[in-house]
Amino acid sequence: MKIHEFQAKKILARYGVAVPRGLIAETPDQALQAAEEIGGDTIVVKAQIHAGGRGKGGGVKVVHGSRESGDAARGMLGVPLVTHQTGPLGQVVHRVLVEEGLPIDREIYAGLVLDRASASVTLIMSSAGGMEIEEVAARDPGKILRERISPLTGLMPYQVRRLGYELGLDKSQVSKAVKFLSGMYKAFMDLDASLIEINPLVVTSTGDLIALDAKMNFDDNAIYRHPELVELRDLDEEDPAEVEASKHNLSYIRLEGNIGCMVNGAGLAMATMDIIKLCGGEPANFLDVGGGTDAERVEAAFKIILADKNVKAVLVNIFGGIVRCDVIAEGVVGAIEQVGMKVPLVVRLQGTLVERGREILKSSGLDIIPAESMQEAAEAVVEAVRSAS
Amino acid sequence: MSILVDSESRLLIQGLGSAGKFHAATMVEYGTKVVAAVHPGKGGTQWEGIPLYNRVKRAVEQTGADVSIIFVPAPGAADAILEAADAGVRLAVCITEGIPILDMLRVKHALAGTNTTLIGPNCPGLITPGETKIGIMPGPIHKKGSIGVLSRSGTLTYEAVDQLTRVGLGQSTCIGLGGDPIKGLDFIDGLDLFEKDPQTQGVVLIGEIGGQAEEDAAAWIKQNMSKPVVAFIAGTTAPPGRRMGHAGAIVAGGKGTASQKMQALEAVGVAVTKNPAQIGDLMRERLGRG
Repeated sequence: MKIHEFQAKKILARYGVAVPRGLIAETPDQALQAAEEIGGDTIVVKAQIHAGGRGKGGGVKVVHGSRESGDAARGMLGVPLVTHQTGPLGQVVHRVLVEEGLPIDREIYAGLVLDRASASVTLIMSSAGGMEIEEVAARDPGKILRERISPLTGLMPYQVRRLGYELGLDKSQVSKAVKFLSGMYKAFMDLDASLIEINPLVVTSTGDLIALDAKMNFDDNAIYRHPELVELRDLDEEDPAEVEASKHNLSYIRLEGNIGCMVNGAGLAMATMDIIKLCGGEPANFLDVGGGTDAERVEAAFKIILADKNVKAVLVNIFGGIVRCDVIAEGVVGAIEQVGMKVPLVVRLQGTLVERGREILKSSGLDIIPAESMQEAAEAVVEAVRSAS
Repeated sequence: MSILVDSESRLLIQGLGSAGKFHAATMVEYGTKVVAAVHPGKGGTQWEGIPLYNRVKRAVEQTGADVSIIFVPAPGAADAILEAADAGVRLAVCITEGIPILDMLRVKHALAGTNTTLIGPNCPGLITPGETKIGIMPGPIHKKGSIGVLSRSGTLTYEAVDQLTRVGLGQSTCIGLGGDPIKGLDFIDGLDLFEKDPQTQGVVLIGEIGGQAEEDAAAWIKQNMSKPVVAFIAGTTAPPGRRMGHAGAIVAGGKGTASQKMQALEAVGVAVTKNPAQIGDLMRERLGRG
């Protein structure tokens, strides 16, 4: 789960991480008042959307005085902001963060990520603050410093000192870094984060270390033990079809193609998308109906797939293990009778009780194209799209 | 021979809720020696002839169970894995999906000093066809033979196994490693066991986007593997930055793409197919039986 910058800063501040003084605004008037309250000459107005690259997209404005702050907010609020992460339509801005401007001496990067191979949280720091860390890793890997953190001890001060002095921070800045990063690490562990990124972490001309930006992602598996975080979820940032799917415990991701897919199991669902592409088609979605599939979920899945107007044909690929093919077949037939089917449907069943499943599809009298292997199924659905267009 | 489990393996079930009961029955039916089940509060009773215990340690002491399969729901799963390890179980197989990643991080470190090998979590388990099934996979698609299977997926593993069986290639042992970012047994551990197993003549490796376990496996194969390996990597068409069902299946920051993994494996002589329908055929070809 992702949250907004202002939410991340609020959380991190509670853990002793220094952040700029700021207020959230939903109208230009509120932005103007916020700037007055914050005071000072330089004010920064930042559009709050989840996607990165806001600065380049015009979503961050440095202004002078409260009136300019209101004007900047007016230009952002209610308008889609397009960045390299939003897609061409952009994401509508509903809130702006109004913050004090800081006298910046230098910008560095600090991130906490999960390292799978060593099963540990790793602290990453770099002198190339403000740039995307992936870009730094690709172009100048020497600039990336890492410290693996033992879950037994947590982040130790010597680890921060090692990176801090390497980055050229002075003694007082290093001790501030220890406080800053220890707080960040504690937040990560307490809240089951999966990523915390401070980019840039600025050193001000007065020698303070402050999180100019903040990004926090959380482990979806652990959200159940953090009800306070669930409230930070912003449904405006998510695809409505994906939100609907999650209500039915379906794992759905919309893609750009025209062949709808319904598959059991994430690996098989990805492989199904891959083989469609290999046969010359384009998948419209990833959809894993899961292990304990029943007729109701199959029906919900069909509705979600068919609500996508790009879908010109549907491929159902089920390998019955725990799920019996006859149950799936009944679910498919029931769903089509409920939802109606205006595009060609290819169904490939394999595994437990496959013969009974195929028989049910056949005797339903519905216009279903049966397939035995994955290859056959993919070829059939690609052909169906081709002949329909 | 096979790896990790055979007809002598004595299985203990942790978590006998509805899923645990359903799969217990299919495992018994397959011929697995299910010797005990642990379900706190039900100790001293029986279910379908299987003695129930409150504690893993007592179950192990009294039944000689050496393998445990865990169906305990996610919030209690880490606890269940560590209880199995504490009781001295040799192999713990965790089926549970949705365990918090930081729980698994702590479990992984806690297991480091023990004699317990973990498979999973979020996995279908493992099977030595014709001998024992310790998992939720459909038994009948398997056939005893000489191909080892290692996979990060569930149903895609069944797909691959089904293809192998159809082209006449039986399996020595098939292991679902699980779809989570932090897990027990990984490709390298499995490849090492298959390399040393005289029954195994070739290995099918099924990877997916996310992490670098496939790249690590490639480096290991180059140094150590003499048997043919056939691989498929799921997720060529997956968009970056999106979690594809499995918690571990995500391309992040340009890392963990299917093409990087395929390249790494191809570079060390692994036969990689881009077509998930050709895994069985490719293995047959590789063994010179095409």
